[in-house]
Amino acid sequence: MPADRGAVITPTAGQAAAGVGTDAPRPDGTLKVTGEFAFSSDMWMADMLWGATLRSPHPRARIRSVDLSGALRLPGVAAVLTSDDVPGRGVFGLEVADQPVLAAGEVRYQGEPVAIVAADHPETARRAVSAIMVAYQVLEPVTGAEAALRPGAQRLHPGGNLVRHVRIRKGDPGATADVVVRGSYQVGMQDQAFLGPESGLAVPAEDGGVDLYIATQWLHVDQDQIAASLGLPAGKVRLTLAGVGGAFGAREDLSMQIHACLLALRTGRPVKMVYSREESFFGHVHRHPAALTYEHGAASDGTLVYVRARIYLDGGAYVSSSPAVAANAATLGIGPYQVPNVSMDTYAAYTNNPPCGAMRGFGTVQACFAYESQMDELARKLGLDPVEIRIRNAVSEGSIMPTGQVIDSAAPVAELLRRVRAAPLPSTPAPPGTPAPPGTPAPPPGTPAPPPGATGGDGGLDLREMPGGVSNTTHGEGVVRGIGYGVSIKNVGFSEGFDDYSTARVRLEVMAGEPAVTVHTAAAEVGQGLVTVQAQIARTELGVERVVIHPADTTVGSAGSSSASRQTYVTGGAVRAACAAVRRVVFDRAAARFGVPASDLALSGGKVVSAAAGVLAEIAEVVGGEVIEETVTWRHRPTQPIDPETGQGSAHVQYAFAAHRAVVDVDTELGLVKVVEITTAQDVGKAMNPLAVAGQIHGGVAQGLGLALMEEIQVSGGVIRNPSFTDYLIPTILDVPPMNVDILELADPHAPYGLRGVGEPPTISSTPAIVAAVRAATGKALRRVPIRPGDIAGL
Amino acid sequence: MRVTCTVNGEPAVADDVWEGESLLFLLRERLGLPGSKNACEQGECGSCTVYLEGRPVCACLVAAGQVQGLAVRTVEGLAGADVLNPVQRAFLDAGAVQCGFCTPGLIVAADDLLRRVPSPGEAEIREALAGNLCRCTGYEKIIDAVRLAAARQSGAAADQPAAEWRSGGAGQPGATGQPGAARRSGPGAGNSAAAGGQSGARASRPGETGDSPAGQAVGGSR
Amino acid sequence: MVDINFDRVRPPALLDLTGISELAGWSCDGGVIRLGAGVPYARVIDELGGRLPGLALASRTVGSPQIRHRGTVGGNLGSASPAGDAHPPLLADEAVVETESVRGTRRIPIREFFTGVKRSTLAPDELIAAVHIRQAPGPQQFAKVGVRNAMVIAVCSFAIALDPGRGRVGTGFGSAAPTPRPATGAEEFLAAELAERGLWESRGPLAAATVQRFGELVASAAEPIDDVRGTAAYRRHSLAILARRTLTWAWQSYREEGRRCA
Repeated sequence: MPADRGAVITPTAGQAAAGVGTDAPRPDGTLKVTGEFAFSSDMWMADMLWGATLRSPHPRARIRSVDLSGALRLPGVAAVLTSDDVPGRGVFGLEVADQPVLAAGEVRYQGEPVAIVAADHPETARRAVSAIMVAYQVLEPVTGAEAALRPGAQRLHPGGNLVRHVRIRKGDPGATADVVVRGSYQVGMQDQAFLGPESGLAVPAEDGGVDLYIATQWLHVDQDQIAASLGLPAGKVRLTLAGVGGAFGAREDLSMQIHACLLALRTGRPVKMVYSREESFFGHVHRHPAALTYEHGAASDGTLVYVRARIYLDGGAYVSSSPAVAANAATLGIGPYQVPNVSMDTYAAYTNNPPCGAMRGFGTVQACFAYESQMDELARKLGLDPVEIRIRNAVSEGSIMPTGQVIDSAAPVAELLRRVRAAPLPSTPAPPGTPAPPGTPAPPPGTPAPPPGATGGDGGLDLREMPGGVSNTTHGEGVVRGIGYGVSIKNVGFSEGFDDYSTARVRLEVMAGEPAVTVHTAAAEVGQGLVTVQAQIARTELGVERVVIHPADTTVGSAGSSSASRQTYVTGGAVRAACAAVRRVVFDRAAARFGVPASDLALSGGKVVSAAAGVLAEIAEVVGGEVIEETVTWRHRPTQPIDPETGQGSAHVQYAFAAHRAVVDVDTELGLVKVVEITTAQDVGKAMNPLAVAGQIHGGVAQGLGLALMEEIQVSGGVIRNPSFTDYLIPTILDVPPMNVDILELADPHAPYGLRGVGEPPTISSTPAIVAAVRAATGKALRRVPIRPGDIAGL
Repeated sequence: MRVTCTVNGEPAVADDVWEGESLLFLLRERLGLPGSKNACEQGECGSCTVYLEGRPVCACLVAAGQVQGLAVRTVEGLAGADVLNPVQRAFLDAGAVQCGFCTPGLIVAADDLLRRVPSPGEAEIREALAGNLCRCTGYEKIIDAVRLAAARQSGAAADQPAAEWRSGGAGQPGATGQPGAARRSGPGAGNSAAAGGQSGARASRPGETGDSPAGQAVGGSR
Repeated sequence: MVDINFDRVRPPALLDLTGISELAGWSCDGGVIRLGAGVPYARVIDELGGRLPGLALASRTVGSPQIRHRGTVGGNLGSASPAGDAHPPLLADEAVVETESVRGTRRIPIREFFTGVKRSTLAPDELIAAVHIRQAPGPQQFAKVGVRNAMVIAVCSFAIALDPGRGRVGTGFGSAAPTPRPATGAEEFLAAELAERGLWESRGPLAAATVQRFGELVASAAEPIDDVRGTAAYRRHSLAILARRTLTWAWQSYREEGRRCA
């Protein structure tokens, strides 16, 4: 149970109210720094059992037999369940229910759950899992998206292996141009690698239902799927958000939710399940690996004439959110550029690789790497500056996207690029081997490195400044500096006509003589600071300092998903609307009492204020002993589906833009990279909490850096070769450089407070900016991310 | 087995501990101190960092029996009765906390750094915290926090907060008012099952199996 | 502990050695350091950086500060991993492993210690008590390639130790063969070069061809494989570079020492 029952923030003298636009502190911050914040893996209850999962070791196999007797015999084991024990719907899924709760008859990916156990100690549960005997008939896995879509490929699902084919057709499919650049690119499988493991506690209830305390991104979509599989009405499956240790898309799909509930209902006892890190790599979806082929045609002055592209997304064994990922990659797939002729085909396919789904960026990351690499290649071929060619083609307000959607608010792409270019360069000097000032083309391959020892002996050298750091691989030999740029476009919110909404219940009452507000939504705080923003909105809208955020649960309506950078927009919108409804009630009462028109009134500093007459009364006085509570369901403006033949349609709610500049030092002989600095310029519409906005941008850039240089789930024959933090490397504090952030606030008139979603844009063009910088330093083509040292060393 | 040690300045006893349990498991599941985290349990993330005899270690890599008679300090033992430790305070003020899962381990590591090096430079801060992964913040504000704590400790900052505060205390709408409630992390708003102290074997031990008799030395096992 | 946490290993008993004070200290006798098997890397860095610079450099690259408070050279030897960071400098130093059992004490030259992937000559009833390493008679270097800048297992690593007094060069490399190994062909080549050209005495510059050949010989001593951390080709390539660079730095230090003493 999250112990964020609400911080009472007592302002010190002179401190401004912690409303919208301030660096209001997190209400859950104190509990997090004292270690008392209850994450989902910290839960405990008397009489609790521990759950564990038996998973398939094979990426594709038929299950011939399952022998549970060894597990059932172990002392301390309370239940062992298989697919036969699922009382309701045997499958689940976000968009399409195609994934078995527990495998029946066949397994389609390595790690697919086959059986679950509850026991009195986690070690006993693990031993019981090892004692279950499954006889598999191993089958040949289908391990590539293109291979999966060829005629004659093994059909992995009844409907075939094509999950979705998205077509974008705009203008002349046969357009020609003076200059043509073609490239094939690959993006490896990135993992969200949240630190808090999949975990939760299921408690059977007296009414035959179950209470689940869970870390997730969307309580209600979990509730729907759990209820369906348990064969219970939704009202008997009650979810409360437990503390979430990061998400980044990995908690959109179910992991142990149904399993824990099944075990709890079977045993009649609370059941806790916590995945180990290794199990976590099998327990959630990953970013779609992609193969992208692009052809850009441009006039000799760099103006884009056409883009043609083909993208293959490997969706893995089950559908998850692949259809939406494909749509994003397609509709945003040429980048924030004006192009009159666009022809793109994006395919998402089933394979026996690990299932893929939502990860921060959601399809646009893969496309951005390709289109930004293409833009640099075009610049090179034309002898143009890489920033200039982007500015020349940049969209702006009023531009028409390849889907026909008009950009109807600020789109400061050119300005963002100018800002990152103009930002001061790092003060640490470039290594002696570095040739050129910023903006000039990369040095030709073969530019000699400085002679060994040129930087002097160990006396003046700080290894920590070098690529390789204290591992002492270089004292400057072979090190060349490079600079690169990237810019991206992302959608905010759920698209293609999805009914995207949030619900907020706001309550105003008097406690100990002071007005106090409680905000209750089901919105999942995953670290992004949503609880903080909700409180800030309530303070600003109701003029009350004391705001408590009620734990998120299913006793209030759905808030939608904490994804697509949408929560501040949509749940923020709902909170604002509910506050407005509460405010109207207060105004009506004050108007009646003081004979002042309601339209004349405002709430500020704990008081009801009249524009004409000044302070009328304390809010506490007007509210008195009553409780004013309003619940509002709030929607953003609707979106449209896209045409299946042409991709035309205003599918997105809002666009968000970010640009990056990366400075890297590369040991060109060993292929090791040190990122020296990354600058981000991003338009956030309205910085609801500038401190939190900067934090989100820093975190997103770090994840983009990880994809550029080190993060990949290596899959071979459907088998994950590196399911651990030993070999799935995420950036440490020695890998992430100082980051500068330049925030623009160009209001979106359609959004609450003019805000734009913040979370995803920083993670999208940071990757290609870093790769571009490494290309500048090395002259290597680098068509795949993550870059491996051998790619730079030419092996 | 029984393990007796000192945790956060208080004697702590756990019974029926299975020998294969780590110090991390002992703290989290037997001693009612889930502040130290279990992000990887293989020494690769630092989320389980605690002080053992005054030095920061990964609790997941210490066998429970190895702390017999020794002193452990966790993130739960850094704050005073009503005052946050300066590092904790600085993490809050600098915006260094997002999801918070890495936070306990980082606070112990940062606390250790500042005890040894009151005014560390950036490179020093990074090297000292290189064993702590964070997935949310990109580390930028964590470094700001360490600098802020260092500045305050040396008295250089002019804007020291006049009073410390803690949330989750009395006066909250609907709060149970139990001081120990949050520590046990029991689920459910107002659920009285959340009460508790530090005693008792919260976790049971696994049953015996017929493993082979060969022993295995554990000591500097990395 | 990692294996226990993940149930890969379920030993019937654990023996805690951290309380045994005889293992937790180091001493110096006649220019030889006896490093107890229980001395954590953090202490090697803090206390032995001057006397055992190669080992201290390697220790600094191990894991994380937390790991360095608990991990030990003895433990590294016990697991005998080809990727153990302490192994290359021990090989370069020609250290001697001291073991204890109820049957008595053994001294095992490090170059005979490793027998296969994660295998050593340690008997099942033996404990590693200490490792004996000569105080550095000359400059030493260590370098390790990893894909990120901290908490990384070596893709390959290399150590070099110069012994001007005896006219010898010691080497060791890791993660590029089934066991950690010295590059004996490279050692012999370089020692012969230095002797023939009178470079130990003159402290003159090394010829580029000498450095190049040294790197080639080190790479050819390797037997690397492709794995999740790197390819065999990359390992050979990077090992040669590490060898050239560390030799250059070590020799540069030797030359500078000479100038300071002159």
